[in-house]
Amino acid sequence: MATSSVKNKSAVKAPKIESSLSVPNDARLEVLKTYKLYIGGQFPRTESGRYYTVKNAQGELLANMCLSSRKDFRDAVGAARSAYKGWSAKTAMNRSQILYRIAEMLEGRREQFIAELMKQGAPQKQAAKEVDASVDRLIYYSGWCDKYQQVFSAVNPVASSHFNFSTPEPTGVVAAVAPQSNSLIGLVSVIAAAIAGGNAVIVLASEQLPLCAITLAEVIHSSDVPGGVVNILTGSYKELAGQMALHMDVNAVIFCEDDKAAAKDIQEKAAMNVKRVHLYTNINWMSDDAESPYFIADLQETKTTWHPIENIGGGGSKY
Amino acid sequence: MSKSGSPIRGFKFNTGWEYDPAPESASHIKLADRYGLFINGKFVEPISKKYYTNINPANEKTLCEVAHASAADVDAAVQAASDAYHKYWKKVSAKERGKYVYRIARMIQEKARELAVVESMDGGKPIRESRDVDVPLAANHFFYYAGWADKLQYAFPNRSPQPIGVAGQIIPWNFPLLMAAWKIAPALATGNTVVLKPAETTPLTALLLAQIIQEAELPDGVVNIITGFGDTGAAIVNHPQTDKIAFTGSTEVGKIIQKAVAGTGKKLTLELGGKAANIIFEDAPIDQAVEGVINGIYFNQGHVCCAGSRLFVQESVQEEVIRKLKDRLETLYVGDPLDKNTDIGAINSEQQLENIKKYLEIGQQEGAEIYQSSCPLPEKGFWCKPTIFTNVAQSSRIAQEEIFGPVLTVQTFRTDDEVIEKANNTPFGLSAGVWTDKGSKIFNMTTKMRAGVVWANTYNKFDPTSPFGGYKESGYGREGGLHGLASYVKL
Amino acid sequence: MLKELPNFKLSARIDQVGVEERASRFTKRSIKNESKIQALKLVLNMIDLTTLEGKDSEGKVRQLCYKARHLHDAYEGLPTVAAVCVYPSMVKLAKEQLGNSGIKVASVSTAFPSGQAPMNVKLDDTRFAVESGADEIDMVISRGRFLQGDYNFVYDEIATIKEACGAARLKVILETGELVTFDNVRRASDIAMYAGADFIKTSTGKIQPAATMPVTLVMLEAIKDFYIKTGKMIGMKPAGGISKAKLAVHYLVMVNEVMGEDWLSNEWFRFGASSLANDVLMQLMKQKTGAYQSADYFSID
Repeated sequence: MATSSVKNKSAVKAPKIESSLSVPNDARLEVLKTYKLYIGGQFPRTESGRYYTVKNAQGELLANMCLSSRKDFRDAVGAARSAYKGWSAKTAMNRSQILYRIAEMLEGRREQFIAELMKQGAPQKQAAKEVDASVDRLIYYSGWCDKYQQVFSAVNPVASSHFNFSTPEPTGVVAAVAPQSNSLIGLVSVIAAAIAGGNAVIVLASEQLPLCAITLAEVIHSSDVPGGVVNILTGSYKELAGQMALHMDVNAVIFCEDDKAAAKDIQEKAAMNVKRVHLYTNINWMSDDAESPYFIADLQETKTTWHPIENIGGGGSKY
Repeated sequence: MSKSGSPIRGFKFNTGWEYDPAPESASHIKLADRYGLFINGKFVEPISKKYYTNINPANEKTLCEVAHASAADVDAAVQAASDAYHKYWKKVSAKERGKYVYRIARMIQEKARELAVVESMDGGKPIRESRDVDVPLAANHFFYYAGWADKLQYAFPNRSPQPIGVAGQIIPWNFPLLMAAWKIAPALATGNTVVLKPAETTPLTALLLAQIIQEAELPDGVVNIITGFGDTGAAIVNHPQTDKIAFTGSTEVGKIIQKAVAGTGKKLTLELGGKAANIIFEDAPIDQAVEGVINGIYFNQGHVCCAGSRLFVQESVQEEVIRKLKDRLETLYVGDPLDKNTDIGAINSEQQLENIKKYLEIGQQEGAEIYQSSCPLPEKGFWCKPTIFTNVAQSSRIAQEEIFGPVLTVQTFRTDDEVIEKANNTPFGLSAGVWTDKGSKIFNMTTKMRAGVVWANTYNKFDPTSPFGGYKESGYGREGGLHGLASYVKL
Repeated sequence: MLKELPNFKLSARIDQVGVEERASRFTKRSIKNESKIQALKLVLNMIDLTTLEGKDSEGKVRQLCYKARHLHDAYEGLPTVAAVCVYPSMVKLAKEQLGNSGIKVASVSTAFPSGQAPMNVKLDDTRFAVESGADEIDMVISRGRFLQGDYNFVYDEIATIKEACGAARLKVILETGELVTFDNVRRASDIAMYAGADFIKTSTGKIQPAATMPVTLVMLEAIKDFYIKTGKMIGMKPAGGISKAKLAVHYLVMVNEVMGEDWLSNEWFRFGASSLANDVLMQLMKQKTGAYQSADYFSID
């Protein structure tokens, strides 16, 4: 990805968030952040070169966001597929610690996230609440990493001389459209449930409230999460949701918008390769209902294994 | 006399000792000339007035006529199921619900012999299998799920599971009664009502099951069984009052159904096709592995979605395994499904036989070596010799597409990594088999197989307590066991 | 002779559950009508009519030998049994009694049934039986040494006894009930065959479990693999616990479908049994007359 070469020649201008008419002599110019994508552990711009503008309620420019294309999505799926193997093979305890690490990093940048949410219009109190809840949600799912298997497993008492057990295994590569509101905790919830269960995920952030998403990518990037396990795109779900459902190497799609036409379109296209589709509509992402191991279970496949039990000796066999 | 030192070390299975026919008696079977639809607790004439002829695939003789339900018939059945759900079944206590399901299990056991014979006449499967596998498993399935009815809250921690409503269920022709049990038992135990459609070529045991349901005094409309073709199934899927669709069948049709229910909010579970790898390592118990491969692919004429149709043999034991497979092939008896000595019965339909034959040709065109048992085939009916293709490439169609017949492809491998990659290199993910004596290797392999059911040192085992279902294009949702409940509840 | 011996520690692995499933499948065969009569007669012809008791006397052996030649005179055209199996002290008598009937005399040896005697005693035991006219020698292996892992000892012992047998055919009794696992049975079968056994045999009849279909299947598969590797046919003799005709027919089905027709004769397959013959006779009479039979009509020797 041609990330670094483009970086210095950034065309994104410093958005004017304060009037600069009366600059005191000793004032320094704020260094503004360039919002890019997060694919395969790197921060590229969209290959399409397209952007869209995000403004605050006052109409002031907050950022020029990457308008991700289907090729960006394709690249992200490739990165996710490569990362999936290693991530799903990590020990559950290790995944748990990595999720905890994300929470730690997020906590450390608490003020930055609050500021960003406020920039996007959230009152201070609400912003703080959402950031805190996001940290807690990561801790919640961190805890589940090495427990949901026990909740959703079974040893099955078959009527023959076999040992038989069923365990959950990750579905694979998951593409998700995160909720448009609750832009941070919604995103965190979707990502956390997916990766706690060993999946690799490509998430399209809230279109109009995307700032935190890329900052969250930085948090994830610095939290021992292997590159490609989480990929974050910005842009329009109307453009990308269908692509998610069509891609033959995507195993599941999560859609969090209350958009019936788009949902139907996803479900239809998902039939191409029998994708699992989960519609998470009307969920209050701030509430406790939005966290449960059943969200992890949605992205698991049940594997049942059989093996004969030798019963010679100890009085089992007629022989 | 001694064959010591004989240069050809073969074994002769064409022995002078022929087993005389040992037909299971069908004299106690009384089939009606014509079967209507089981709607609202009664057998009724189809509104469509249409019937089709149902034949015995082993001799092409007509067994009876069976109704072809139209959209109007489907509507009547769904209406009955919906009324039964809202007016009655929803209010029946979980304990009582369970007792109804227990009744069905017991009555299947009482009529086991009749059901087995009819299953073999209708579908062509050997009586040994319908008697020892299909029917007992079907009864046990009802028995197992009956007990869940009043214990559901223990299956879903921190939730109180609720029924979904009317379940529309469409089942295939390979295990007609067993698939009906897999569908109906969990649906009833969780408090749903049912509209079930058996496959057009094998409707009879489902209709006998309808009689059992009648005798068990299940409230009218709780289970409705309607016969017909694809259009009947489509009408069930598309009916606005079916809340849940469960389908077992081909991946092709599964995709059509998945598309059809898009945007409807219906809960869907799919149990679709497969192309399972059965992997033999050099340290395997070879004789049991060979037997497992035989059972894996020739069980039920290979009409099994989880059939072990792709054999992978480690190169060091390739020769031994293939020789033993061929020897074993010679001792498989192909013929009258009602003969107790038959190992391989009739192909389910002419259409399916044509499909299998097409692949036999494709395989040879692709350059694979074909080997078939020397057994004679009956003149009437639909038959296919058990077949092995060797020298098969990963890229050949016979190794990629589901044949759904007694056709095994053999590929070889050298290393664990290689075989894992090849085994998973398919859009399907229903089942897999692994044969090795080394415990740690077993767990490595069973973990790496992207498939819902993995048999290690065994194959084609089924049990009501054991969840069954696929990864990837083999579908989603599980049938059997605790996990099978999830397909029929709202949490 | 064989130049290269396999490493017996690497004998083929056996999965018990798989073997038992396979064995039970033979019992699902339904043998009717003419094929049943054919089978029952073949079973009779494969029997090693056996008496191996401390209380065996000349009188007992005489009666047994008469029975061997005249299984049931009321039924014409019956075959004789394959052999009479006795202790070495009775071989001479048995040989005289059987005369030119074609029925073989088999003698147990090597300090049957335990085998717990010094090598020279086992050799003398064997030579005595052979010199007394035994056509076949049924030896026991040293199970203790086998279970210790002393496979060379077991191998050498069998090879030595084989030499002492001269022209007599050697049956090697593994006493599978004491070997406990199928893996052991397979390994002991391999050792016996490579050491020169003409037959391998499951049991002495003194230990439970004795012959079962699964253990016989394991041994048949061993014979099959040995034949493929060496071209040498080896016989199989399940012994002990086979007393019903129906079970014996199931064994024949197994031989038929595992080994094929070459093994379907008493040259390559035997039943070691004392009471099987009468049950087979009762079944044959039932097939002939259509009436179920009573034991009172068949001589108990």
